[in-house]
Amino acid sequence: MLPWIAGRTAQAVATFVVATILIFMLMRLAPGDPLARLMGDRPMTREEVATLRRLYGLDQPMIAQFGRFTYGVVRGDLGTSIEYRLPVTRLIRERLPASLLLGGTVLVLNFTLGVWLGALQAVRLGKRFDRWLSTISLAGFALPSFWLGLILAWLIGVKWRLLPALGMMDPLLPQDAGALTRALDIARHLVLPAVTLSVVSIAATIRYQRTAMIDALAAPFIRTARAKGLSERRVVWRHAWRNALFPVMTLFGLWLPIVVTGSVFVEQVFSWPGLGSLAANAISGRDYPVIMGTSLLAAALVIAGGWLTDLVYAVLDPRVRHG
Amino acid sequence: MTNTPPPPPAPTGDILLDVRDLGIGFVDASGTETIARPVDGVSFSLRRGETLALVGESGCGKTLTSLALLRLVPAPGVIDPASRVTLNGRDILTLDTESLRALRGKRIAMVFQDPMSSLNPVFTAGAQIIEAIRAHERVSSSAARSRALALLHEVGIPEPEARIDQYPHEMSGGMRQRVMIAMALAPEPDILIADEPTTALDVTVQAQILEVLDRLQSIHGLAILLITHDLGIVAGRADRVAVMYAGKIVEEAQTEALFAQPSHPYTQGLLASIPRLTGPRSQLRPIGGTVPEPTRWPTGCRFHPRCPQVMDRCRSDPPELLQIGRDHRMRCWLAEGS
Amino acid sequence: MNRVAEILRHVRRSPEGRLGLIILTAIILAGAAGPLFLPDPLAQPDILGGANLAPGTGHWLGTDQLSRDVLARVVSGARISLTVAFIAVALSITLGAAVGLVAGYVGGWVDVILMRVVDGALAIPRLFLLLLIVAVWEALPLAAFIVLLGTTGWFGTSRLVRGEVLRLKTEPYIQAAEALGARRHRVLFHHLLPNTAGPVLVAATLGVGNVILLEAGLSFLGVGIRPPTPSWGGMILEAQEVLFVAPWSSVFPGLAIVLTVLAVNLVGDAVREAVDPQHA
Repeated sequence: MLPWIAGRTAQAVATFVVATILIFMLMRLAPGDPLARLMGDRPMTREEVATLRRLYGLDQPMIAQFGRFTYGVVRGDLGTSIEYRLPVTRLIRERLPASLLLGGTVLVLNFTLGVWLGALQAVRLGKRFDRWLSTISLAGFALPSFWLGLILAWLIGVKWRLLPALGMMDPLLPQDAGALTRALDIARHLVLPAVTLSVVSIAATIRYQRTAMIDALAAPFIRTARAKGLSERRVVWRHAWRNALFPVMTLFGLWLPIVVTGSVFVEQVFSWPGLGSLAANAISGRDYPVIMGTSLLAAALVIAGGWLTDLVYAVLDPRVRHG
Repeated sequence: MTNTPPPPPAPTGDILLDVRDLGIGFVDASGTETIARPVDGVSFSLRRGETLALVGESGCGKTLTSLALLRLVPAPGVIDPASRVTLNGRDILTLDTESLRALRGKRIAMVFQDPMSSLNPVFTAGAQIIEAIRAHERVSSSAARSRALALLHEVGIPEPEARIDQYPHEMSGGMRQRVMIAMALAPEPDILIADEPTTALDVTVQAQILEVLDRLQSIHGLAILLITHDLGIVAGRADRVAVMYAGKIVEEAQTEALFAQPSHPYTQGLLASIPRLTGPRSQLRPIGGTVPEPTRWPTGCRFHPRCPQVMDRCRSDPPELLQIGRDHRMRCWLAEGS
Repeated sequence: MNRVAEILRHVRRSPEGRLGLIILTAIILAGAAGPLFLPDPLAQPDILGGANLAPGTGHWLGTDQLSRDVLARVVSGARISLTVAFIAVALSITLGAAVGLVAGYVGGWVDVILMRVVDGALAIPRLFLLLLIVAVWEALPLAAFIVLLGTTGWFGTSRLVRGEVLRLKTEPYIQAAEALGARRHRVLFHHLLPNTAGPVLVAATLGVGNVILLEAGLSFLGVGIRPPTPSWGGMILEAQEVLFVAPWSSVFPGLAIVLTVLAVNLVGDAVREAVDPQHA
C-alpha cells in the first residue's frame, strides 16, 4: 500500500510540474504585451516603460523569466497583481474563504441531492420520474451558468425582491450586528449563486449515480439479499447503494476544482468576492500575474482532487484495500 | 461419503411445497405481449426432508422455475396468473409484500451458483449472515453473532472467529459457498433451493460442499430442491429426479428407477453424457445440438429436432406426461407403445 | 465507415436522438437561410426611438439597446456558434487522433513525453488554458479564436486513441498477421478505425456542446468573439446593462444556447447509447 501511495504522489507532483511549465509558456508565448494595461493607463516615457519591464522581469531572456517564475512558485510567491498592486498569494488568501463557502455548499448540495436523485432514478428505471429527470439533467448540462445567474438575479433578486443578488454581505448591516444576524445575511446572499452553480453541475452527479446504481441493482448479490428476506428498502438503500457509492466518490475529487473553476461566471454575475470573480476581473484588467496564479491554483486543485480520490478509494473500498 | 443415501420417503408423506402448472412468460418492452414461454406447465411437489433434483441443460428453465418459488423471477419474466405454488397449503403467488418478505429466507432459502458475485462485496461474511438472522427474528446483535459463528463452524469453516470479519474477496470459492450455505441456513428454513451450488467450484471443493449439504440436511431435516445440469451429483443424493427440457418436465421418477430405467430419449442422452471412471470410454456420448431459444420452441415434442428416436407424430403433436411405472412418468410418444 | 453509419442509424431510431437531430437541423437551417429573410443583424435603424422595443410585430423578439433586431442577431449567432464549434471540434479530433496514434504506435520516450504533457494539460481547466492565451491578446481574430478552441480540446481524444492502439498491438490476430508477413501498420490501422470510431464520435458530439458553452462564456467575458459580430455570449454581455428594461435581449440568446446544446447532447447521448449500450 505505501509504495503505491508514494508512486501516486510522485505522479501528482510530476503532473503539477508539467502544468506549471505549460501555464508559463501559454501566458508568455501568446501574442500581446503583458504590460499593455499599465501602459494604457497614461502616456509613459521610454524610461518609465523600461523600469516597469525591469520590475516585472520582462527584460530578461525567456528562460531566466521561467526560472524566476518557478522559483517563485516553489517559495509560494506568485508575483504582484497589476490591478491591485498586491501580492497574488495575498489576494488568493483573501478570496479563498468566499470561494470555499460557495464551492463547498455546491459540493454538499450535489452530493446529497444528486446522489439521492440518481439512485432514485435507477430504482424507478424507465418510469416517468426517471425519464423526466434524465431530460431535466440534460437541460442542466446545456445551461450557461452566467445566463442562468443573470436571469435568476433579475427575477428573484430585482423583480420579486426575494433574495439579495449581489455580493456576500449587506453593506448596510449595522456595525453591532450579532454573529447570527451576519451568518443569516451571508446565507441569504449565498442562495442564488449556490443554486445557479448547482443547477448547471448537479446533472453529472445524478447521471453518474444513476448508472452506478443500475449496475449495482443488476448484480447477483441483490438477488441474494432479496432471497434472504430483506425488505425492499434495505435491499435498495443498503445493499445496492453501498456498492453504487464507491464509483460516485471518484466524482467528488473531480469536482473539487469547482471551488475555483466552476465559479468564474457565477461569481462574476453575483459579484461574489471569491477566486472566480478575481479571475474574471483579471481578464478585463489584463492582470496576467493573477490569471497565472489562479490557473496554477486550479491545476493544483485538479491534481489534488484526483490524488485524493484515488487515496480515499483505496482506503475505503475493501476490494482495492486488499487487492 | 455418499454411501448411505436416506431411505426414500413414503409417497404419501406430507407435502411441503406443491407447484401446479407453473408458467413463466417473457413480455415485450411494452409489457403487454408475451413473446416467449421459458417455463410452461411445470408441476411437482416436495415432501418434508426429501431431496428433489431438477435436472436439465442450461436454458431449459430450471433456474427460472426455482426463482419463481420465491417470486424472484427477473424482468422481463412474468409468472402466469393461473400458476399455483403452495407452501403448507398457502399460495405463495398471491402473498402481500410483507408476508412474502417474511417467507423468503425463513421458510424457503436459496443458495446460488456463483458465490463470488452472489455475496455482497462491501459487507463482511458475518454481517451478511447476521443480517439474514435479524431479518426474521428479534435477537440482539451479539446473540446473532454467536449464532453466525456456530453456523460457520457447522459448515466447516476453520477458525470462524477470524473468518467472520472477512470480506468475500478474502476467501476462496469453496469458503464463500460455505458462507452462502451458512447464510441460507441461518433463519432455519424448511426448504433449501440449491441452484447449481457446485458448478463454479473445483472438483475437489465440489465434493466437500455436497458433503456439507448432505450433513446439514440430515441434521436439520431440510427439504432440498437441487437444481443441476449434472446427473452425476444427483445419484445417491436425491430421492426423486425431475428432468426438464425446453420449459417442461419430460421425465420424473424415483432416483433409483430413473438411473435403472431411463425412459425418455433426452434422459438417456443426459445419462450417456456423464463421464464415468469405470467402463469403456466410448460410452460418453453428448446429445447433438443445443436447447432451442424460448422464443422458438419447436412444434410437437420440443425435443424432436435432437431426438435419435424421432417419429412423424413427434413433429406435430405435443405428448402429455404419461404414467409408465410406479411413480414414474414421462412426456414422450414412446410411452404409448410401451 | 460502416460503424459510423450504424451508429447514426441507431441515433435516428432512438426518440431522444431523433428529437436532437430535428432541433439541430432546424437551427442549422435557420442559421443558413434565416439571414435572407431577416433584417441586417448589425443595422442600427433608430437608436433613439427603436431601442429596447418589446417583442411584437416587426421585431418578433424585440430590439436591443442599439435598436438592432434580436431575432436577426440570434439567428446570425447560431451561424457563428455552430460554425466555430464544428470547426474547433474537427480540429480537436484530428489533433487528438494524430497525437494518440504517434504516442501509441511509436511508443518509448515519445509516448512518455507526449502523455506527460497531456496529463499536465488535462490538469489545467480548459477555461483557464484559454484565458491564459487570450488575456493579453489585444485584438484576437476569429480564426485564431477557433484554432485556440480546437487546440485546447484534443487531450482526452489522444488518450482514447493511444489506448486503442496499445490494445490492438497486443491482440493475437495483429501479431499473427505480422508473423505471416503482413505489413503490421496496415493491419493495425485497418482495425483501429472501426474500433475507435465509436468512442471518438461520442467525444466529438459531446465536445460540440462543450465548445458552444465555452465560446459563449468567453464571449460573455469579452475575450471571445468580439463585437459587432453577433455571438450569443457577446449579446448577453452587451444586454446586461439593460437587463431590467429589455430582458428579451438577454433571454433569447440564452435560450438559443440552451436549445442548441441540449439538442447536441441529446444526439451525443444517443451516440453513446449506440456505442456502449450497457452504460447509456
